[in-house]
Amino acid sequence: MKKWTRRAFIGAGVLASGTLVLGIAIRPGNRSSKVADVIARDGESVLNIWLKIAKDNTVTAIIPHAEMGQGVHTALAMMLAEELDADWSQIRFEEAPAIKEYANYAVAKGFLGGGPNVPKFLNETVDGVFLTAVKSMNFQITGGSSSVRFTGQYAMRVAGAAARAMLVQAAAQKWGVNEESIRIEKGIISDSSGKSASFGEIAPEAAKVKKPSDPRLKSEKEFKIIGTSQPRFDIPDKVTGKAMFGIDVDLPNMKYATVAASPVFGGRVKSMDKSMEGKNGVIKVLNLGNAAAVIADGYWQAKMALDSMNLDFDLGENAKINQDQIIARYQREMDEAREKDELDTHYEVGNVGVEFEKAARVIEAEYQVPFLAHATMEPMNCTVWVKGEEAEVWCGSQNPLGVAAAVAEELDIKQEKVKVHNQLLGGGFGRRSENDVILQATRIAREVSYPVKLIWSREEDMQHDVYRELGISRMKAALDESGNPLAYQSQFIFRHHPPEAADIPYAVPNQQIRFSSPASHVPWGNWRSVDHSTHGFYSESFVDEIAHAAKQDPLSYRKTLTSDQPRFQAVLDLVKEKSNWGTELPQNWGRGVAVHKSFGTYVAEVAEVEVDISGGIKVHRVICVADPGFAINPDSFKAQMESGIIYGLSAAVSGEITIRDGAVAQSNFHDYPVTRMKDSPKIETYIINSGNAPGGAGEPSTPIIASAVGNAIFDATGVRLRRLPFQIEMPVRENTLG
Amino acid sequence: MIKLNINDKDYEVDESQGMPLLWAIREQCKLTGTKFGCGISQCGACTVHVDGKPTRSCITPAATVEGKKIRTIEGIQPDGNTLHEVQKAWIEMQTPQCGYCQSGQIMSAVALLEENPSPSDEEIDAAMSGNICRCGMYGRIKAAIKKASVEIQKSSTL
Repeated sequence: MKKWTRRAFIGAGVLASGTLVLGIAIRPGNRSSKVADVIARDGESVLNIWLKIAKDNTVTAIIPHAEMGQGVHTALAMMLAEELDADWSQIRFEEAPAIKEYANYAVAKGFLGGGPNVPKFLNETVDGVFLTAVKSMNFQITGGSSSVRFTGQYAMRVAGAAARAMLVQAAAQKWGVNEESIRIEKGIISDSSGKSASFGEIAPEAAKVKKPSDPRLKSEKEFKIIGTSQPRFDIPDKVTGKAMFGIDVDLPNMKYATVAASPVFGGRVKSMDKSMEGKNGVIKVLNLGNAAAVIADGYWQAKMALDSMNLDFDLGENAKINQDQIIARYQREMDEAREKDELDTHYEVGNVGVEFEKAARVIEAEYQVPFLAHATMEPMNCTVWVKGEEAEVWCGSQNPLGVAAAVAEELDIKQEKVKVHNQLLGGGFGRRSENDVILQATRIAREVSYPVKLIWSREEDMQHDVYRELGISRMKAALDESGNPLAYQSQFIFRHHPPEAADIPYAVPNQQIRFSSPASHVPWGNWRSVDHSTHGFYSESFVDEIAHAAKQDPLSYRKTLTSDQPRFQAVLDLVKEKSNWGTELPQNWGRGVAVHKSFGTYVAEVAEVEVDISGGIKVHRVICVADPGFAINPDSFKAQMESGIIYGLSAAVSGEITIRDGAVAQSNFHDYPVTRMKDSPKIETYIINSGNAPGGAGEPSTPIIASAVGNAIFDATGVRLRRLPFQIEMPVRENTLG
Repeated sequence: MIKLNINDKDYEVDESQGMPLLWAIREQCKLTGTKFGCGISQCGACTVHVDGKPTRSCITPAATVEGKKIRTIEGIQPDGNTLHEVQKAWIEMQTPQCGYCQSGQIMSAVALLEENPSPSDEEIDAAMSGNICRCGMYGRIKAAIKKASVEIQKSSTL
């Protein structure tokens, strides 16, 4: 996901100075012949690269995204089936192969090309440009809550509609009637004279007709499948143990490996002994430079050998770094960057300085969030078989095409010679968009002739993750005498993406949002909702502080400041109603609200929180209102909101990675606690279908749960907590807690 | 080598070096429905039944369960074509997301309902809080357990 930058596109020769370089005419909708060998079996007709129809009348959608429980295989198949007018029962899916023809041009277009705003007459050219670019970047990513928004909208629906038009054309030719007299309903093609046929009967001829370049898409009112809750394809195998994750792969003659990397990032192996080779199931001991690896008959044998090995690391200079120093350095560098006027500007309007001078009241606060690990349930793993100039890889990746490219480069072989078998992902959250584990498995497997499954221990997984950044934001607001905000100033550290994460939706006439990027030795990675995960906490907590300073109801205050934005108004109104906002709660309980737009989806949340006498925080209930434009598979969308809230709740109340002597101090779930059933709130989700372009589902509920909970804690106790994870120092406000 | 009885079938496994039951099940018996999550009995992904009791297979040496009846996710269906009521409820409530923890969740839920066919919310919390779900599907897991509880009681009164 690091590659989503505009700069990368310029580097690929696609965008120059922010302008599209036109003139490369590739038609992404017309590559059926190139992929037919890969995706089609006997008797199957490939109508376009996203869709094939078999003689038995089943329609298979080819989905270029990884399944990690977000229901993408089902939702995208629904979008294709809708436009095809198929019967839902005839729909199957296959995950697209990790080849360049399935690079995600639609996602790239959505992120970088302005999406649907590209003029129609340029569509094919622009798609071609993006296809060329994403091929060169090996871009087949599942992330950024983008699958439905972009692949669904620009590839699946178009593919379904185009195939429908081809079936109509072929049936009309066959029956010698006008195309206008052909109807398609629930997978049956018919004409006014009573002739009818299944898709399977017409498909072979349909595959030969001219592909329409601009097929008509349905309006929302015409939807029959989109907007209904369909059971997910992936669920039945997940309740029987049959579902195959990367870690479950089993191959003839396969051996197992595990590793111990330098605990300090950047350290190297100084010495290690290989004396256990040939004993207790151990086959080979390897020095990988930054890690020791053992190949054995089983994971346990490998782990036992590694644990008993004399292994010493040269930890390097980073071993002197501790958590407090990191925070102190970040704060110092923030001061220096400001004093030396070296801050980068994220957004600026008006003149904040003048307003601070004449303000009736100035509010200032510093907020802080810690490093976070992903802690996917399935520890990192990858199986690689290197066969001379060829290789096969079994893994669960958010970017299988990127895997193929990385392995090819590592082995110095052709990318076409790397076959990636992508499996289900036991949690992604951004972690499985990285190739570090895949490359490590490749370096091990290249030393032997058989397939090797590398499995990381949970400790290795926790201590060699790529981490959500430790972040700091300093915010300042100027209010007039009635409490209206005149100016908003924010200074934060690290800006990754999406770029709009640090924006605030509020009508503040003068704004200055700036940032800097201090040096860090802790590797960074995309963590569910990325920069929104920090800014959703900073700004939605701070606006709550402003509302209270202005002596106004925090929900009404937010409404007033977003009065020109109907989607914010709607989610706030509904969350107010559903949460019984303003009604009395038991003693020591509080309510907090937060609202934020991310990945095209507007979300408002109200948390009901109880703070007990010992400072314990219990989140009882969360009301979530989301406007994703239009929810494709509503129950599945709700499940994503629930998931994002619990994931964010772990970060709000318990999750924290700290650095001790240059290394991650935590190692497993006992010291990196996550939300369990007994701690989890009752979640009620309400969807608003506003009719806007579809927004994302996987991430938008995560960013604001911490602020909703923190704001509720303030409501309950009068104590404002500005650092995650929340810890209440007792005693809190006197007479509040009995 | 020792003999393990898993899902009413005997397997010969190498139990040396304190081999945990988890790795014997996954790598030697090739029953991969049981998952590795933490290795220290913190997450519950590896839960199996030993003589009917939910057991964390990642910290249970294989040698200690010889002669006992071991049941895994592959062994809870009444027959090949019928799902357990808990599995049916799981599908009905669309409970799993990534699904990785779900074998362990289901094994804990089955053990709970075998012991206590109509658990209260607190009893469900107590029985299930050793099983982590990073996708956070706790609400659906709880709802599915209640649903299965109703169905199991219905069928037992027939």
